[in-house]
Amino acid sequence: MTTSTLQKEEAAPVEEPVLRKPSTRKRLVPYWLLLPGIIWLLVFFALPLVYQASTSVQTGSLEAGFKVTWHFQTYWNAFHEYWPQFVRSLLYAGTATVLCLLLGYPLAYLIAFKAGRWRNLLLVLVIAPFFTSFLIRTLAWKTILADDSLVVDALNTLHVLDVTSWIGWTEGDRVLATPMAVVCGLTYNFLPFMILPLYTSLERIDGRLHEAAQDLYASPATTFRKVTFPLSMPGVVSGTLLTFIPASGDYVNAELLGSTDTKMVGNVIQSQFLRVLDYPTAAALSFILMAIVLIMVTVYIRRAGTEDLV
Amino acid sequence: MRWIRRNLVVIAGLLTLAYMILPNLVVMAFSFNKPKGRFNYSWQEFSLDAWKDPCGVADMCESLSLSLQLAAWATVGAVVLGTMIAFALVRYRFRARGAINSLIFLPMAMPEVVMAASLLTLFLNMGIELGFWTVLIAHIMFCLSFVVTAVKARVMSMDPRLEEAARDLYAGPTQTFLRVTLPIAAPGIAAGALLAFALSFDDFIITNFNAGSTVTFPMFVWGSAQRGTPVQINVIGTAMFVLAVLVVMAGQIITKRRKKTATA
Repeated sequence: MTTSTLQKEEAAPVEEPVLRKPSTRKRLVPYWLLLPGIIWLLVFFALPLVYQASTSVQTGSLEAGFKVTWHFQTYWNAFHEYWPQFVRSLLYAGTATVLCLLLGYPLAYLIAFKAGRWRNLLLVLVIAPFFTSFLIRTLAWKTILADDSLVVDALNTLHVLDVTSWIGWTEGDRVLATPMAVVCGLTYNFLPFMILPLYTSLERIDGRLHEAAQDLYASPATTFRKVTFPLSMPGVVSGTLLTFIPASGDYVNAELLGSTDTKMVGNVIQSQFLRVLDYPTAAALSFILMAIVLIMVTVYIRRAGTEDLV
Repeated sequence: MRWIRRNLVVIAGLLTLAYMILPNLVVMAFSFNKPKGRFNYSWQEFSLDAWKDPCGVADMCESLSLSLQLAAWATVGAVVLGTMIAFALVRYRFRARGAINSLIFLPMAMPEVVMAASLLTLFLNMGIELGFWTVLIAHIMFCLSFVVTAVKARVMSMDPRLEEAARDLYAGPTQTFLRVTLPIAAPGIAAGALLAFALSFDDFIITNFNAGSTVTFPMFVWGSAQRGTPVQINVIGTAMFVLAVLVVMAGQIITKRRKKTATA
């Protein structure tokens, strides 16, 4: 890290001495480079959002056709009817994000500081599951969490299920088709997105800082609290964003591992769009989700103090 | 007890790793299962049937080859467009840089359902028939940001003096680009390409909304979760996992050798 910053400082003054005014042709070069990709994003990312905004204030039916009537009532109706699913989405995604951080941090730390020559192998093992389609892996949780499986038996013997049933996350000695199964799947699916940014920011920390802390009589716990963790904040922030945002809109885990009582807002949007074909409600729902996520993310980034992310 | 406390991080880390690998092991084990009913969720008896005849299920291998083609084209599209954007953003100062940076960032900061649904409203309003092309358009769109980020990171750490040196040695613009710029940027482009391929190949949510009646491999798996999962799905999953591990390991051995020859 130190060498690269040094290089940058040296390189800065040398940067292109302006000998003559660049010709118009040269000045246009960046725009030509940008044009195709930016048009693609404008047409297939930004424009669709405009269309969705207009759809959300339309009324009508599939047979008679939809018309823009500025019917903002749809937003209120959609939120009024589906607020439990919104709350559930944020709760599940939030819990999964916290679990990802708690589970992912030790592994990222292990790979960054303690793995030695095993480092590359461990990294491969973190990335490799990606290559088995995530739907197949999520289906595997059906086997792992089945009623008579070893995992569920173990949780039962350890009385974990008594506690989780008491707070309503499992039912009796069942795990599958309960909130816990959905959160377990979400945590599993988005763990790599937490571990990789954490690892990147931990790996950048200069080992001499740890030595310095120890020389100043800091205990390992104090070293972690005062040196390591604060320096890994960029990884924590981008890791939480990379897990929370996709988890809040996910409907695969709730569909495959949950029941009708664990539906998230993604499930509602999916069925409104693809089965019920009530486009205005679906569009309004997805805008409300987008607004909630964007507001939460902005507040979180402000609080975490790393604004250079955006 | 003291041993446990001293190695707490290692133990916790390895437990997390076990949590991550467990489903892959289950997928692998159940590729050798002979299920009684339509669903392959509980162990019955050992059998090699599925491995002997991986394409024995109707439409599965067709969906697999479709997904591979889609991922390949999406990668090409996203890498070309994304590399151009990355170079423009790092190498040039111009107006609207901030706006363009946020336009690149936003697709990554939005729940996938929102993008999937809004794209569907566009296609419905335009009267465009859903199918291979709409999926390809969508995949290039969401892979683009990831490619830009990967390539940008690499180009930023490039020393511009290397290109100046090439120009001083009378290399033309094309020659400089092909002989100096491109080789240095290659690892970033490769990382972006790998990411784009994996993202496109595995994407379900956006494809689910915009595929119409086109069936990609993830769509096939999704459908089979309701109708009954053939063992062959586990075979494909296992094969992909093993292949990926082998490719990554081979890549690491090659880079290690190169480093050795470079220092020797």
